[in-house]
Amino acid sequence: MIHYEPVIGLEVHAELSTKTKIFCGCSTQFGAPINTHVCPVCSGQPGALPVLNKQVVHYAAKMGVATHCQINQLCKSDRKNYFYPDLPKAYQISQFDVPICENGYVDFLVDGKPKRVRFERIHFEEDAGKLLHDEGEGTVVDFNRCGVPLIEMVTKPDIHSSAEAKEFLETVKTTLSYLQISDCRMEEGSIRCDVNVSVRPEGTEELGTRVEMKNINSFSAAVRAIDYEVERQIEVLEEGGKIVQETRRWDDSKVKNLVMRSKEDAQDYRYFPDPDLIAVEIDDEWMKQIESEIPELPQSRFDRYVNDLGLTPKEARTLSDSFEKACLVDDGAAMGRVSARALANWVLSDISKYLNDKQMELSDTKLTAEKLVAMVELIEKNVISGNAGKKVLVKLFETEDSVDQIVEDLGLKQMSDEGAIEALVDEVLAANSKSIEDYKGGKKNVVGFLVGQCMKASKGKGNPKMINQMLAKKLAER
Amino acid sequence: MELYQKTASELSSLLQSKEISSVELTKAVFARTAQVEDTVGAYISTDEEAALARAAQIDEKRAAGEELSPLAGIPIAVKDNICTKGTATTCASKMLENFVPFYNATVVDKLNEEGLVITGKTNLDEFAMGSSCENSALQTTRNPHNPAHVPGGSSGGSAAVVAAGETPLAVGSDTGGSIRQPASFCGVVGLKPTYGTVSRYGLIAFASSLDQIGPMARSVEDAALLADVLRGADPMHDSTSIPREYDSLHAKLDPDMKGVRIGLPKEYFGEGIDAEVSKAVLDAAEVYRGLGAEIVELSLPLSKYALPIYYILSSAEASSNLARFDGVKYGYRTQKADDLIDLYVKSRSEAFGPEVQRRIMLGTYVLSSGYYDAYYKKARAAQRAIRADYAKAFEQVDVILTPTAPTTAYQIGEKTDDPLQMYMGDICTVSVNIAGLPGLVQPCGFDSGRMPIGMQLIGPRFGEQKLLNAGLAFERATGLTDLVAL
Repeated sequence: MIHYEPVIGLEVHAELSTKTKIFCGCSTQFGAPINTHVCPVCSGQPGALPVLNKQVVHYAAKMGVATHCQINQLCKSDRKNYFYPDLPKAYQISQFDVPICENGYVDFLVDGKPKRVRFERIHFEEDAGKLLHDEGEGTVVDFNRCGVPLIEMVTKPDIHSSAEAKEFLETVKTTLSYLQISDCRMEEGSIRCDVNVSVRPEGTEELGTRVEMKNINSFSAAVRAIDYEVERQIEVLEEGGKIVQETRRWDDSKVKNLVMRSKEDAQDYRYFPDPDLIAVEIDDEWMKQIESEIPELPQSRFDRYVNDLGLTPKEARTLSDSFEKACLVDDGAAMGRVSARALANWVLSDISKYLNDKQMELSDTKLTAEKLVAMVELIEKNVISGNAGKKVLVKLFETEDSVDQIVEDLGLKQMSDEGAIEALVDEVLAANSKSIEDYKGGKKNVVGFLVGQCMKASKGKGNPKMINQMLAKKLAER
Repeated sequence: MELYQKTASELSSLLQSKEISSVELTKAVFARTAQVEDTVGAYISTDEEAALARAAQIDEKRAAGEELSPLAGIPIAVKDNICTKGTATTCASKMLENFVPFYNATVVDKLNEEGLVITGKTNLDEFAMGSSCENSALQTTRNPHNPAHVPGGSSGGSAAVVAAGETPLAVGSDTGGSIRQPASFCGVVGLKPTYGTVSRYGLIAFASSLDQIGPMARSVEDAALLADVLRGADPMHDSTSIPREYDSLHAKLDPDMKGVRIGLPKEYFGEGIDAEVSKAVLDAAEVYRGLGAEIVELSLPLSKYALPIYYILSSAEASSNLARFDGVKYGYRTQKADDLIDLYVKSRSEAFGPEVQRRIMLGTYVLSSGYYDAYYKKARAAQRAIRADYAKAFEQVDVILTPTAPTTAYQIGEKTDDPLQMYMGDICTVSVNIAGLPGLVQPCGFDSGRMPIGMQLIGPRFGEQKLLNAGLAFERATGLTDLVAL
């Protein structure tokens, strides 16, 4: 029996998080009432002309730099001509033969093994509108999304399983969020992808006939679509059939795809340079600015967390997957007051739990690296207990108050005065002479009981470490 | 002399000295329109009420001592492919017969800011595709010099309103000669500015890389005044508008021709150019010589390629620009369609005229995969060669003098059956658009049938001042011709 190897290439579209659209001043905000974010330009009125939003160029180039692409500092806009009611000009302004970014790659891990997927190109383009079929009679076109900026990222056929595809997509998403150029809100369709799949007998080099699948709206749908299509193609080949080059539409609810159009029906988009727009030029100074805005990327942080902080790969991944969490640790550690490891522990435990429970992002809370550091610092200096820290943290999520203010308000300051601790211990020992006898008789575990009594007597504010030490000293003296 | 017979410059003086009011003037031009429009048919729509209200406003401002620009209170007509908010903008097409824009073209905003009084919208060849106005799907416009003849095109309506005294000024657009050729046919002045110097925002695109809005007027001075209003960068709305200082052309008009080098390209005076036309233009060269200019014979060897380049590039862009007229959002929609494709096909087939359909097909063909390199790409390369041809010529001369069209205005219906013959009429004008240069046309005589002959002055990029100076010198030397009696 022949073993088949899937060969997969992806075209990923990501909406850029610019405030205004790519060719006009309309808002890109999601969810506005139908046709309220429209103007002569984005609704394709006769006579209206596009003016390119520089932020789009900036963001697209950032993605290119972060993915090791060559940046074409001189590039242009082209028209892709086709008729559809959601495309008011009947052409989409995109980039054809000179995209802004070419020949890059991303590295990531699949089941712990390193994997590289190369980018053929990244280009910017405008999104189309949306057809609404359930708004009463006929179909309604909503042009709000028309002109929302997108980047399209096209990979080489370097992916060989749905698991690799999923990790690749996650890496792209994480990179976008690190660069802060996309909201990455999957449910709002801000990342979408088309998948090209072919199969070939394992060990052979020649590419099989490829099938393109459209309408894939989530990463898990991509996995299902790929698995389905790979299996379908293998079945066809096993039965002695031939794969037909075609475009198929993925139906995620039915977990199957259907032919949209064959190669013969492929559209001729009649690309040509848009005469309404001038060449895009990124000068060296602008390029430097773009390069300076690239933060340390997830893969590099992941490696550091494992190698330098001694985190498990799973823990490291939890941090590096989230730009906000990673920044909380790294920016906090950079202040030089507490260790990265201590911060990482907090982020991985209580902070992650809180965010999970509340279904929030860090940026939805009021916690800052500065305040987290201040809180951890108080614990390390024995000013508050670890338990008190957890209470402070909850307040840090929800209020603007300073750490000191919260500690003060909640009365969490730990009793760490040696004299006071001694008096406390003496008092407890005096009240528990039985325990002292037991201790002397060899029942060393009464210490725990005595510590608990001390904590209780201090209303939880006694420094447990100091109480322990004091108890040990006093018991030894008896 | 009636008010309608005066130039905008003369009227501007009368308004400023308060000898006349803008309301009086506006009434006078509308009276003239009422008198001649049945014959001329230049307007697709007029709005006398709005114009009079606007004129009254300007008069009030003037009475209140407000400082107004030179053309404040002067009536002006606008070609009907330039968007006017709240007023139908038809492109003389069934497709847009009832289309009312919800925004103003930048030039319309400028006219309003400068206090001009818009009288109405003028006829054109459908979507500015044509050279005689006969491609208008809405009406026939006739040449005021002889109603049996065409006014030229595509800005035939704008040329005719000026020639007939229906307004002293009009705005046209020029993609391959659409301001200059009708100016020539109707005996008026027309300036096609350097590409990028007038905002195209709101001009319903025919061929984006060639289209340019410009002034049409009775005198060179008037054209300069209006050009000053129209020109200027529009960085917020038009990426192809050029950011630079736009000095007043009118303020710097200087008719001194001493030492000015005027080139006569031999390719423009040979076969295919009517002898009477050639002679009139060569006579004009002699007038310049008499004024102290140096006449230089030169060659523009690539001129013969201009026409095919033009029809490839302009049709390619048009096929894409006109794709938005699909029956979905605005404009004409077929009564009955079976499905989406049927809606597109029927709407477009029913509402676009034959010339527009011809150019869409031609343009679609030259952009198609497999033909792109042979046609579109090659034409772009040839365009660069033509630019270089001109650049070389302007090392030797300041301006170039040529005929505007091979013939004077022909009779209505004479060429409608032969599109190629019609295209040949653009041979003297298209290369100016291909090279992005300014071109000025003004009357330089009449043929034996008393039809006007226009000469064309071509300048280097941003050379409008040189053109207008030379134009003014000729006008002063030969005198303005009186308006034709109708």
